[in-house]
Amino acid sequence: MQSNLYDYLPILLMFIVAGGFVGGTMFVTHKLGPQIKSKIKLDTFECGIESQGNARIPFSIKYFLVAILFVLFDVEVIFMYPWAVNFKELGLFGFIEMLTFMGFLLLGFFYILKKGALKWE
Amino acid sequence: MISFLIYKTILVIVIFAVSLVVAMYSTYGERKIAAFMQDRIGPNRAGPFGILQPLADGVKMFMKEEIIPDVSNKALFILGPCIAMLTACMTGVVIPWGDAITIGGEKYSLQITDINIGVLYMFGVLSIGVYGVMIGGWASNNKFSLLGAIRASSQMISYEVAMGLSIIALVMMTGTISLKEITEQQAGGNWNMWNVVYQPVGFLIFLICAFAETNRTPFDLPECETELVGGYHTEYSSMKLGFYLFAEYINMFISSAVIATLYFGGYNFPFMHDLGLSENLITILGVVALFAKIFFFIFLYMWVRWTVPRFRYDQLMNLGWKILIPLSIGNIMLTGLITLLRQKYHF
Amino acid sequence: MMIKYIFYFLAFVSVFSALMVVVSKNPVHCVLYLIMCFFSIAGHYVLLNAQFLAAVHVIVYAGAIMVLFLFVIMLLNLNTQSEPHKSTWLKFAAAITSGLLLVILVGTLKGSETMVMPVGNPNAGLIKNLGNTLFKDFLLPFEVSSILFLVAMVGAVMLGKKEIK
Repeated sequence: MQSNLYDYLPILLMFIVAGGFVGGTMFVTHKLGPQIKSKIKLDTFECGIESQGNARIPFSIKYFLVAILFVLFDVEVIFMYPWAVNFKELGLFGFIEMLTFMGFLLLGFFYILKKGALKWE
Repeated sequence: MISFLIYKTILVIVIFAVSLVVAMYSTYGERKIAAFMQDRIGPNRAGPFGILQPLADGVKMFMKEEIIPDVSNKALFILGPCIAMLTACMTGVVIPWGDAITIGGEKYSLQITDINIGVLYMFGVLSIGVYGVMIGGWASNNKFSLLGAIRASSQMISYEVAMGLSIIALVMMTGTISLKEITEQQAGGNWNMWNVVYQPVGFLIFLICAFAETNRTPFDLPECETELVGGYHTEYSSMKLGFYLFAEYINMFISSAVIATLYFGGYNFPFMHDLGLSENLITILGVVALFAKIFFFIFLYMWVRWTVPRFRYDQLMNLGWKILIPLSIGNIMLTGLITLLRQKYHF
Repeated sequence: MMIKYIFYFLAFVSVFSALMVVVSKNPVHCVLYLIMCFFSIAGHYVLLNAQFLAAVHVIVYAGAIMVLFLFVIMLLNLNTQSEPHKSTWLKFAAAITSGLLLVILVGTLKGSETMVMPVGNPNAGLIKNLGNTLFKDFLLPFEVSSILFLVAMVGAVMLGKKEIK
């Protein structure tokens, strides 16, 4: 228990070091650079023409679908890690178990492909 | 306790500094290699052979004016590059940079920490890296940035799945997800080969995904200048832009280190225990070997950049979902089958 | 000793960020605070020696589900910075509902300090032991979960396709 916690302490250390560096650099660059602001300079870039409206616009639902499918697949991948670590001990039984699991996964995958959910024009 | 903290702090700072320096000189290397491949000279003014160019670039980045667009979301605009930089640095903690070094009878491991979920930790950090791009692009309130950010994040999450699947086949063979143990299993002698020999397909999938995760060509759609100006960092200037660019190079360095550790034996080199060298010398040579492997992969990144043209977005998504994911599932099944047959017939 | 302080720190961070999720006006800030909250909960898991669970919590919740949340929030039209004013009636109902939830939570947790934690295997949270349990003792729930995934995939595709046409 003790040794395990000490293993995680350096991660915190790295976070502090990296965070300190990032914060410090941000502060220094903020102080060092020239500060001459004007209305046009602070406009968003739109290839030289005046920007029309803002960028809070809805975008293609496709990306959203990709995100949902990513969540599902990610969970399935995570499920496979404890299995892979124990693969040699679980042997054939575990393998068949995972084949069943993957069978359902592939079934869903083919359904997605068939429905054209991942088709990009 | 105190000595433990001091030793870890020194190690953390050293590795942080090394990643920064390697990333800095990768930018120089990239320009030199690009110049070599296009029959140019490349940077040669700052110092001999332009060796001080990265420093000059850094100073320039610092001295540039910081522009935060009026319509942007200020806090998130600053937070974006910070997250990108932070996550880029965090993975270095679990990579075994070398074996233990003995000073005054005390063994000091060159790996900052050996947690037994090393590979998963790496994935965790990777999955957080998406936010840097997403938040930065969205906060800019610029159409190009938004498109770049959304493209980048869907690309990164798509390839994350294939990457996770490709490592599972490797984990099935090693039976552990601690990076240290994976490295030790590949130690020289006893015909222990590097994992790439057993997992060539897995390695290729992982390599492709690593390219996609670091947004390098041919997967640099998020910042594809012919369509999206600068992609998610269109609005960024000064060191905030620097962080985005820098994070990419650190990611390159770290992912090269991960590839070398997982598939190419990490700090092991052939005949390491047969030459009759002292332990400390072996460790130091091991670090050199690891860095040689890392530099080779960084070179590979650059080589590919100047060789392969960019994908179209539909091609990129098709490659990720329709080719790499089924391929890596097939790889898992094949690995499982062969391992079981080997267990049964002992070959 | 140190563990106690780390626990208090993590507990403070999780409660603070959870409060900020509710209080923040900007939905993107809410998402970021929620991610922070998930991180501190992952820290709690590490304290309990449930390392695999901590990693999963970061990868799945903070890394995957919150990306989805952010996508949804970005997909919505956020042009109107101030959200439409909620009616008093709605606020009243919300206060009562959450108040009842609070009463239930307090009621459940009230006797818990006298409860004795069943001492199991302290290493049960390590990935190796967890896999052994999951794939031997909890085989059926595991396989059933794959059907759940299938249903979720079909649902996602159906919803997505409807929007395209």
